[in-house]
Amino acid sequence: MSVNEKWRKALQLFGIFFKIGAFTFGGGYAMIPLIEYETAEKRQLIDKQEISDIVAIAESTPGPIAINSATFVGYRSCGVLGSAMATLGVVLPSLCIIMVIAFFLRQVMDNVYVQYAFFGIRAGVLALIAKAVVNFYKRADHGVFGITVMVAAFLWSAILDWSVIALIALCAVAGIVYCTYARKKGWME
Amino acid sequence: MIYLELFYTFFTIGLFTFGGGYAMLPLIQQKVVDNGWLTLEEIVDFVAVSESTPGPFAVNCATYVGTETAGILGAICATLGVVLPSFIIILIVARCYIRFKNSKLVSGAMFALRATVVGLMAGAVFGMLPTVFLSAGVSLSSLTSPEFLCSAVIFVTMLVLALKKVSPIILILCSAAAGILSGLLFL
Repeated sequence: MSVNEKWRKALQLFGIFFKIGAFTFGGGYAMIPLIEYETAEKRQLIDKQEISDIVAIAESTPGPIAINSATFVGYRSCGVLGSAMATLGVVLPSLCIIMVIAFFLRQVMDNVYVQYAFFGIRAGVLALIAKAVVNFYKRADHGVFGITVMVAAFLWSAILDWSVIALIALCAVAGIVYCTYARKKGWME
Repeated sequence: MIYLELFYTFFTIGLFTFGGGYAMLPLIQQKVVDNGWLTLEEIVDFVAVSESTPGPFAVNCATYVGTETAGILGAICATLGVVLPSFIIILIVARCYIRFKNSKLVSGAMFALRATVVGLMAGAVFGMLPTVFLSAGVSLSSLTSPEFLCSAVIFVTMLVLALKKVSPIILILCSAAAGILSGLLFL
């Protein structure tokens, strides 16, 4: 790839991910079909096969799904430059929109109707988060190990208020040890 | 220095969040609220704002906390912090992603982490209960107060709608309308 062609491709990636960042509501997972359409179907920047790997990789690496996907697609199609431009593209709309909103939010919060609205919204948001817990639960292990980890994580963070980071590190190690043992015993492939 | 603190805090949040989006909430609760940057109530309110604006929750949240604590430069530092761990890790993984995908270590860690996120998120919801249901100075002894009953009815209705896969934006609009209505009628 010549230098010119590389920059052209990187700018194209920036444009695509800027559009995705500016028009997707609901974050990471909602972006995947759009990413697939824009980068694999409309333009052949990346293979369809690789798109299906994105979700798997984004889920097994830390960080927001949107950033993981943008970086991955950018890198696979145009190297480090591509990944930087794609990530910048997906972040920039949020950054601008939220900065503007932050300035206004303070002012409207004094309005009594806005306060009433947020009184209702808080209960609605809690329902949204509770639904996310249900979704995460469906995708997790429901065996003795999984349930034990869930209960332990709840007690650790909500009751004991110990460090979430320490818990994540501990659970990752516990998972590796358990799965190695389970594979040896033939419980798991 | 506040800019470095914002960068560092969101860097660790980005580095230790698995599953994306709301899975950040337990860490945000622990780091952002304990730092005194925002109250839990402001964070719950912001989840609604983030759902009603485009873009990933992680970036929206980092930008908001950054702006509120240290202006535009703060927003840039916090956002850079939440993005950087992902960016670096994916650059490394993208080179050898077939090997990464088939790694037994990764699948073992994720097996446990998927369950961990459930417990952590349930903990986050538990922590938000007083903020949502007892916000208007309602004490546990007055669970028959109109504030509590209105919140409870809105919560249950919205949970049913959410489980029926109603779009989050519609859900937030409905809760806002219900909030204004109950405010005018009972509060």
